[in-house]
Amino acid sequence: MDIRKTLKGLYALWFREFRVFTREKSRVFSSVALPLFWYFIFGSGVGSMTTNVADYQHFIFPGFLAMTIIFTGLFAGAYIVWDKKIDFLKEVLITPLSRTTVFFGKAMGSMTDALIQSYFLLLVGVLFLGVPFTASSVILSMIMLFVFANGLISLGLIIGSFMESPEGYGLISSFVIYPIFLLSGALYPLDNLPGWMQILTRLDPATYAVDGLRAVILGKSTMAYLPNLLVVLGFDVLMMFVGTWAFKRMKL
Amino acid sequence: MEGRYTDKKGDDTDKGFCSGVYMESIKITELVKKYDKVTAVNGINLTIDEGEIFGLLGPNGAGKTTTLMMLSTLLKPTSGLAIVNGYNVVTHPDEVRESIGMVFQDPSSDTLLTGYENLKLHALMYNLPWKAIDKKIESVLELVDLQKRKYDIVKKYSGGMRRRLEIARGLLHEPKIFFLDEPTLGLDPQTRQHIWEYIRALAKKIKMTIIVTTHYMEEAEKLCSRIGIVDHGKIVALDSPVNLIRSTGGDMVNLKGKNLNLKEIEKLPFVKGIKNVEGKYLISVENAGKNLQQLLSLSGEVEFVEVHSPDLNDVFLFYTGREMREAGEEVSFMQDAMRTS
Repeated sequence: MDIRKTLKGLYALWFREFRVFTREKSRVFSSVALPLFWYFIFGSGVGSMTTNVADYQHFIFPGFLAMTIIFTGLFAGAYIVWDKKIDFLKEVLITPLSRTTVFFGKAMGSMTDALIQSYFLLLVGVLFLGVPFTASSVILSMIMLFVFANGLISLGLIIGSFMESPEGYGLISSFVIYPIFLLSGALYPLDNLPGWMQILTRLDPATYAVDGLRAVILGKSTMAYLPNLLVVLGFDVLMMFVGTWAFKRMKL
Repeated sequence: MEGRYTDKKGDDTDKGFCSGVYMESIKITELVKKYDKVTAVNGINLTIDEGEIFGLLGPNGAGKTTTLMMLSTLLKPTSGLAIVNGYNVVTHPDEVRESIGMVFQDPSSDTLLTGYENLKLHALMYNLPWKAIDKKIESVLELVDLQKRKYDIVKKYSGGMRRRLEIARGLLHEPKIFFLDEPTLGLDPQTRQHIWEYIRALAKKIKMTIIVTTHYMEEAEKLCSRIGIVDHGKIVALDSPVNLIRSTGGDMVNLKGKNLNLKEIEKLPFVKGIKNVEGKYLISVENAGKNLQQLLSLSGEVEFVEVHSPDLNDVFLFYTGREMREAGEEVSFMQDAMRTS
């Protein structure tokens, strides 16, 4: 395999995703605004039942960082079904680039989108929301978000590569995105859950991302940062492996 | 040139450009593509030489696009052999993809990118040297007359401009073989004519093999050096347009009437063939000017008669027994079946 050829191809695919992202301003805006709405409205509403609203808002803040990744990342990945629909995918698949390169190029493009948003929210949290932060907690959060984004975007790409038409796109939010988000413990602590829900939350990769973020941001978590990161990393490797396979078998 | 397919003895040099020896651009043997319920391509055999402008003609869904998809490695054949630029599409898909350029039936440029960005993306994916990219883009844009619109996003292009951009894109990496799948589909007649002019000019300027599919007979007749008529996934006729037209035997007589004595008509020495088309009869007649009267005298109650010189439409009719239009409708049902399978 020619390394330069592959790098150029990756750059091309990344460039395209990023350009499209910056031209769809409404998408950029809504994906940053949505978590903030949740943070303030949901955080204040549910927080009012607790003794300290600010505490609850801080508690759910890591969840909202993860939320941007879950929503933007998964949708961006699954967006490949639109590429199929508009036939742009044919143009990509007919080039000499390997399917593996195509997979990683698409993933890098969507990663950029999702990370710009979640890093922006992180910045908002640090500057305006009074979430306690240190330099190392910011860096560790960024690493966790990076690794988490890679896994979820790969999952999105896998789902998109199996979908034949965009009609089923809406189902993704009901059956993939919301379950992943709601079961992640982004909104509630995991300690006193009923047994069946314990199991479900343990199966959700987002749980470990949220818990890992809580570990560094709030200093309170079920597991420490590193084991959480390793679980998410394991999820990543699995998703990339399945993803490259899914791209190789993908039909138009 | 590892993996390069040859069926002749000797080394590559005696097949090169300069030696004057013909080289096969494409060689297809018994190519078949089956879906669950339908057979889209049913045993195509075809050899296309280097530098040819070859037309694949047939109604929608006859198997033209499926054939191109297999030749461009986007679909795997069910059986048979396809060699493109000397490489087997199944065993050496990467080399095949490097040799070809393609304009798809449906627009495939990204509407949120500018024309220039679409081309740059393509150049990068084909590993053109960085320094050469801008110059190359300029030259293909000039070819399709789009320099002035290169910084507009494609959403603002008309259908014809978008198609021209995609033609330019397909040429950017200087493919040896250029596939155009229905390049004028859905465009207005004037734009259609322009597109064909571009393709013709292109074929003169750049040495490459062009394979074009279309269901516009007149257009194929003007452009192509050779034509294969495809119906139900098979090639039913294959020759130059002139020879194909000649093969129908003579002038075309359209006849409608009651109690036509077809058996007698068929026996006439100057009648070369009769086809029943939508209640009318299409009769191929040698020297119709002279023989029409004798033909009509045998015909019973004639309601309608018309004589014309044959064109590719008649050729299609004669080889398939159907009008393009009805053949297309029949097959759109097949496509639905394919989609749901």
